Amino acid sequence: MTTQRTPRVLLAVGLAALLVAGCQSEVEVAPETIPGSVLPANFPAPVYGLDQNPPTKAGFELGRTLFYDPRLSRDGTISCGSCHQQFVAFAHAGHTLSHGIDGLLGTRNAPALQNLRWQRTFLWDGGSNHLETMPVAPLTDAHEMDETMENVVRKLNADASYPQRFAVVFGSKPIDSYQLLRALAQFTASLTSANSRYDHYVRHESGGTLTPVELRGLAVLTQKCTPCHSTDLFTDNSYRNNGLDRTFAADSGRARITQLATDRGKFKVPSLRNVFRTAPYMHDGRFQTLEQVLDHYDHGVQPSPTLDSQLQTDGTIGIPLSAQEKTDLLAFLQTLTDEQFLTDKRLSEKP
Amino acid sequence: MKFPQLFLALSLLAFSFSGCKKDADAEPQVGKLALEMDHVVGSSTLVMNATTPNYTTPSGDHFSVSTLRYYISNIRLRKEDGSEYAQPESYYLVDAARTESKVLTLENVPAGDYTGITFTIGVDAARNTAGAQQGALAPSDMFWSWNTGYIFLKLEGRSPEAGSGAFTYHVGGFEGVNNAIRTVSPAFPTGSKLLIRADHAPEMHLKVDVMKILTGPTEVRFATFSTAHMPGAAAVKIADNYAAGMFRVDHIHAN
Repeated sequence: MTTQRTPRVLLAVGLAALLVAGCQSEVEVAPETIPGSVLPANFPAPVYGLDQNPPTKAGFELGRTLFYDPRLSRDGTISCGSCHQQFVAFAHAGHTLSHGIDGLLGTRNAPALQNLRWQRTFLWDGGSNHLETMPVAPLTDAHEMDETMENVVRKLNADASYPQRFAVVFGSKPIDSYQLLRALAQFTASLTSANSRYDHYVRHESGGTLTPVELRGLAVLTQKCTPCHSTDLFTDNSYRNNGLDRTFAADSGRARITQLATDRGKFKVPSLRNVFRTAPYMHDGRFQTLEQVLDHYDHGVQPSPTLDSQLQTDGTIGIPLSAQEKTDLLAFLQTLTDEQFLTDKRLSEKP
Repeated sequence: MKFPQLFLALSLLAFSFSGCKKDADAEPQVGKLALEMDHVVGSSTLVMNATTPNYTTPSGDHFSVSTLRYYISNIRLRKEDGSEYAQPESYYLVDAARTESKVLTLENVPAGDYTGITFTIGVDAARNTAGAQQGALAPSDMFWSWNTGYIFLKLEGRSPEAGSGAFTYHVGGFEGVNNAIRTVSPAFPTGSKLLIRADHAPEMHLKVDVMKILTGPTEVRFATFSTAHMPGAAAVKIADNYAAGMFRVDHIHAN
């Protein structure tokens, strides 16, 4: 039996080796050298699987360089990292609206970039439908980086070091927008925040102890804040009108994309991960503190035809929260801060 | 000692069968087809960027054209028995201002006698949601970044009847009621067949009529309908117009 089977096994292994050697220019690297290349056990299946753009060390590091390179903007002043800073979970610290090129202001609050692999759509209104094409929006927006894809690619090809670095990853020249977007996606897909104290608690890992007040906060969250902030991503990635306004003349939200009146005033439900660091809050950054956010849900919710049904149960609108519940919730939300993610040198501008 | 040698021999043998080249004997007979887009406005050849309006709609509106670009994709050729050849990776961006873009070259078309053609004006939904793309589909100004998706067709120009003096129709949208993807099957001229052979490369000439973008189910009047710039009702109206007869197979050269 052994003598009959061995050649087949060898053959299979040999063919597999030939296939790998023939088609892949990348050298396998230990997965832990690339952030986010091990999927967290407590997360659902990702939308953008590891197989869609298998991360390599060179590809990830190229993506990181691009993310922090201001030359991607028209006048070389704004990088992706300008409005997405690591220490605040890649949101924009202290800015209700971010300023782009020539000091122009955008119209919405820069969202945190974390766990993007699990998002089917991007932006507050879901106007972007893929992690890879998402950067085209800020790169070409007149208020943000105001460049053309064609010109960015031209600048990269004229650079002293980029052509060689791209060739190592993609094996073909010249650099094109596909290579640029795929490299950027290797970095943005790596931005995985799953090492908060809560994660250790839920995965029964060492250091995963929650205090009684934090556990009470978790119970309040489970009872009053889901299904919107659901799963261990703490968002269901849906679009909802959470009652900020009665009319939506300034920003119709999701309706801008779908042209449906039923989507007016709806915005993407943000994750609660690292929420203590990502102030200000809401699509226009109108709330400076989490206390103001909780007060909004308790007594600030405004009625309108598209107000979310979760916010109008039993004839009352909003989510009644006692002072104790607010205290408990705020305590729990702090356990979602992921210091490892916020300080990981591998994700920094200067690693 | 025997096994490694056997392994090597078998591997090489297997590789030679599954590798990149097939025996010439096994190759099906294939040929090449060129689709040429001849742009017209009604009965006139399209002349772009005229300083004074050089065309008139049936309603009497005057206009000139400065930009005409559109995607043609998913080209399928049909034989008389109904069987079809669907060209893989079939995406082309035609720009009326760029001569080389007006000839769509289809390689490796199985030899045969074809009697019909079908193609999409625009880009299918799958590619609108598939992330970074290359070639004709590389993100350009035919791609909306704020509402991800390809612009299927752009027609821009000037008209004294338009309030601002200009009109801009950017048609796209691939979902729900805003779906502007249109697939057409312009008929061959009576008695015409497309003969694909290994040793000759036929050319199919299509007349592409700009006037049909402005007429059809919706008669476009520049005074009240001078823009479409997002997926929505206006784009759908323009798409319905051009799907109703913008492309006509004029003649086929056997070559």
